[in-house]
Amino acid sequence: MIRNPVHLTLALLAVLGLVALPAASNLEAQGSKGTIKIATQSPLSGGQAALGEGIKLGAQLAVEKFKGNLEKMGYKVALVPYDDQAKPDVGVANAKNIIADKDILAVIGHLNSGVAIPSSEVYKEVSLVMISPANTNPVVTDRGYLNVNRVCGRDDVQGVVGSEFAHATMKAKSVYVIHDKTQYGQGVAEFFKTDAEKKGIKVLGFEGTEEKSNFDPIITPIKAKNPDVIYFGGIYDQAAPFFKQAREKGVRSKFLGPDGMDSSDLTKIAGKAVVGMDYTSAAGPASVLPKAKAFVEEFKKKFGKNPEPYAAEAYDAATVALKAVDAAVKGGKVSREDVATAVRKTKHSGITGDIEFDSKGDRKKALYFVLQVVSDDPAKWGDNKIVKQLTISPPEKK
Amino acid sequence: MDYPLLLGIFPQVLLDGIILGFMYALIALGYTMVYGVLEFINFAHSEIFIVGAFVGVEILLSLRSAGVLDTLPWPLVLLFVLVAGMAISGALAVTVERIAYRPLRTAPRLIPLISAIGVSFFLQDLIRLVESIWRNAFNLVYPTMDQLNYRFELTETIDVPVKSLVVIAAALAMLWVLHVIVNRTTIGTAIRAVAEDQAAASLMGIDVNRIISLTFLIGGAMGGAAGVLFGVQYGLINPYSGFIPGLKAFTAAVLGGIGNIPGAMLGGLVLGLLEAFAASYLSLLTAGAFGAEYKDIFAFSILILILIFRPKGLLGEVVRGRA
Amino acid sequence: MTHAVLAVGLIGVSAWAVAVFPRSVLVFLLFQGSLLFAYVARIPSWLRVTLLGLALLVLMPTIGFFNGYYLEVATQVGIFVALALGLNIVVGLAGLLDLGYVAFFAVGAYSWAIPGSPQANLIFGGNAFPLSAWWFYAFLFVGLMVAAGAGILLGLPVLRLHGDYLAIVTLGFGEVIRVLANNLDKPINLTNGPKGITPIGRPPVPFGMPYSEAFYFLVLLIVAVVILVNRRLENSHIGRAWEAIREDELAAQAMGVPLVRSKLLAFACGASFAGVMGVVFSAKQIFINPESFTFLESIGVLAMVILGGMGSIPGAVLGATVVTVLNLQVLKGLSLWLNELKNAGVTVLGYNLADLPTQLEPAKYERMIFGVILILMMIFRPQGIFPVRRRARELAKQV
Repeated sequence: MIRNPVHLTLALLAVLGLVALPAASNLEAQGSKGTIKIATQSPLSGGQAALGEGIKLGAQLAVEKFKGNLEKMGYKVALVPYDDQAKPDVGVANAKNIIADKDILAVIGHLNSGVAIPSSEVYKEVSLVMISPANTNPVVTDRGYLNVNRVCGRDDVQGVVGSEFAHATMKAKSVYVIHDKTQYGQGVAEFFKTDAEKKGIKVLGFEGTEEKSNFDPIITPIKAKNPDVIYFGGIYDQAAPFFKQAREKGVRSKFLGPDGMDSSDLTKIAGKAVVGMDYTSAAGPASVLPKAKAFVEEFKKKFGKNPEPYAAEAYDAATVALKAVDAAVKGGKVSREDVATAVRKTKHSGITGDIEFDSKGDRKKALYFVLQVVSDDPAKWGDNKIVKQLTISPPEKK
Repeated sequence: MDYPLLLGIFPQVLLDGIILGFMYALIALGYTMVYGVLEFINFAHSEIFIVGAFVGVEILLSLRSAGVLDTLPWPLVLLFVLVAGMAISGALAVTVERIAYRPLRTAPRLIPLISAIGVSFFLQDLIRLVESIWRNAFNLVYPTMDQLNYRFELTETIDVPVKSLVVIAAALAMLWVLHVIVNRTTIGTAIRAVAEDQAAASLMGIDVNRIISLTFLIGGAMGGAAGVLFGVQYGLINPYSGFIPGLKAFTAAVLGGIGNIPGAMLGGLVLGLLEAFAASYLSLLTAGAFGAEYKDIFAFSILILILIFRPKGLLGEVVRGRA
Repeated sequence: MTHAVLAVGLIGVSAWAVAVFPRSVLVFLLFQGSLLFAYVARIPSWLRVTLLGLALLVLMPTIGFFNGYYLEVATQVGIFVALALGLNIVVGLAGLLDLGYVAFFAVGAYSWAIPGSPQANLIFGGNAFPLSAWWFYAFLFVGLMVAAGAGILLGLPVLRLHGDYLAIVTLGFGEVIRVLANNLDKPINLTNGPKGITPIGRPPVPFGMPYSEAFYFLVLLIVAVVILVNRRLENSHIGRAWEAIREDELAAQAMGVPLVRSKLLAFACGASFAGVMGVVFSAKQIFINPESFTFLESIGVLAMVILGGMGSIPGAVLGATVVTVLNLQVLKGLSLWLNELKNAGVTVLGYNLADLPTQLEPAKYERMIFGVILILMMIFRPQGIFPVRRRARELAKQV
């Protein structure tokens, strides 16, 4: 064993040099000519990994399915997954790494708006297009960047869809709003609350919680106040135990939630408690829309599980990205600006509806479904029935 | 202010807090056991704990797919699952000690802490790797057993499910068993001797390594049992869901006076009650200005206050420790 | 003499290699390693200073100009070096285990983010905010003072606490700050809660330099000042007092060390470095929200300090560098490389990597490998990479 630190450093350097230089020359020799890469950035480790991986898998499926066109033109197409660990600093460092790789022509990501906003500032430096499957925070597109688009809806749209439904269809007189203290959950919950109050619904309570397992202390006051509807702004892995525990404790209110509920795991976890609950989503149910059905089946066949929320959005986002690259590829070398411009011109009829971006990067018209859970069997998640359809355009920038 | 409402929910909130408190106490026992002997925060305990929960869910799921879950008597099933969870978590804790902590026993106190953090990261993703290959799932759901979900309605507004009573009973039983082991048996005497002075204990013919392994075995087994009960009580686990309860339980252990077994129980109860009352009442009392999201701040502020006046925790020794 | 030639040669060769192979992470590591060698080699100190200065002030920005990723890594390394040095004072010198250190980073970040963005208008009304960009430099000091104040605030109630009781209170403090930042969007909207604050103003930059270069130099400057302050502190009577407290509080008190003042000073000093870097971080990111300030970040910084060698300044620097580079480059590079092999359909032992199930996606297991590295480092080098000499002797004695 070498004890002397100087010699130790030298030995390490020698080993590194022996490995690094050949590897590097090899890397350069492979060359980048004719490769097109699509990157994903989402949390692949840590507590949010399930959703982050869903994004990666959705994009992967799309790339594998639609790369044929580009391959015919003589390009190699590859997906490069990055783990942003749901941390802004890691996301920004990855973003710098991504823009340094000239082959990467589009980014599908992120899960967290908190990571997406600083990272997209980096993509903007080189006009690298980012299509987000999940960032619902209005700020993401309100900055008006050419390279930033999103397939998912906005909080200020979806929250309103929910309250509209609670008011007009559920005939709710009183609601209790719970959210998960994240950008997404609190965002939709706040817009839901504001709009509900405007419509004359009484908001009996508005609570945020980071709790994941024990909801007893939150449920107790809800039970005492007995609202008509409970709206949960958040993701199914937190909402499902909440709904389950609420029913067990004898809460009889109806449940309503945003697209974070759209996962068969909701029924897997909460079982009978969520049968009959409603949720809003841009992705239609597999039973009605043939495209959605095909997607779910392919996803299951390839990865052996049902898609998470945002997997469908990521699939659409990657498809749009590939289409735009296709369009931009006319005649040899494509630039990132070309792809970014092409994305804005792309029209695509995806599994989450017709996709066309406005000048800010939002969907021109967002079609929202209100769906109802019909069975406590997770396998029948695709049978959820459409209760209502609403089309709402994003608000103009103030 | 709606006084009938405030008063009306009081008994239920009290009950919620007690149940949560016993849950924390169960996890805290593992921290306290190891700390009492080695003065070392076993940061990986939260993962050892959640491994127990995973063992439990795997057994229950296999029983279910074998179709015998509902035919077997539930106390038997629960007991079997508990024992299995305890065995595997205990074995894991011993292995972790052997590999990651024993080589560092003479190092300064913070060194094994970092090693424990490494173990914690490693185990989280190892569980995830195994489960994603085995079940291709991230979230695992405990199969429901109807008898465990049965609720006793005490009044129209207050009720308590059987599973929560099981948690309380198990916590009390484990406290008692630990108490007996540590205070009434030869092994317990050896454990206390090692805690007091390792060198002297080894001179007295005590195999220090064996006793420390045993401590980890007991602590890990407690964690495993807590994991199973956590799963039964709350129903949903994922590879990372041990982290937060672990942190809370560690807080509870310190609050009660770390290294002190009844202290862990008391600390857990205090923390559980604080959280329950904060989450239920803050919003009602402040007309929505502050809500359940402040429960951790509330709990930690009280913790800091308690520690200012009792720097060694509620039941901790007041004499100056070795630290 | 051989060392001098080697050091110059290594830096030269590796800088050349980086220029030729701009995308190879391994080559960049070689460059970093050559800097380490220049630090440890037996060469005259004027040569050492010249070499390191040249590398950090000229070579690194030049490399960064062509590859912004490396510059970003270097900048983040700098940020974490300052954090590690701050925590090193509290944990390494004064022996006060702090598990909530990132709170001070958060306090610093928000102290610029709020007035440096339109957010402050929501609090004070009117249209006076964001402050003009020049204020950023003034707020470096404001951030420092605010964080130092928070340090004293934390220090006061915990003066009587020891060891793990102290650890749990600091952990609680860290969580309290994060939860407050996450919740103070009502009743008054102070922090905008989980939605975060954006856009945060960036400082004016001389000579039309790109922001990434400017932030690199700013961070480098701050790190230089922090190291200087640290070295002065270490050998001052305050530093001695801290070490005395760490070794034996009672004895220190008996020798006339003012306990209260020394401990509060340790908390304040440690916190102030994090505060300054928080200000820089918020401007660099343009956007901040509470997700950047979780308990895991505190743990990460603690790992840097201990990995490097508690109480040692070069240790903290190296620890921060190793952990950051490991997380941002080595593990990422490894998983990207594996992914490339997978995409290319390389066969290993007759198994085609392209058939690898997605459960084994390399990008998912970076943290797992990081965990293993932490364990191995602790087992094989418990005293840290660059231990303080005295501590190294203690350890050798014990074994």
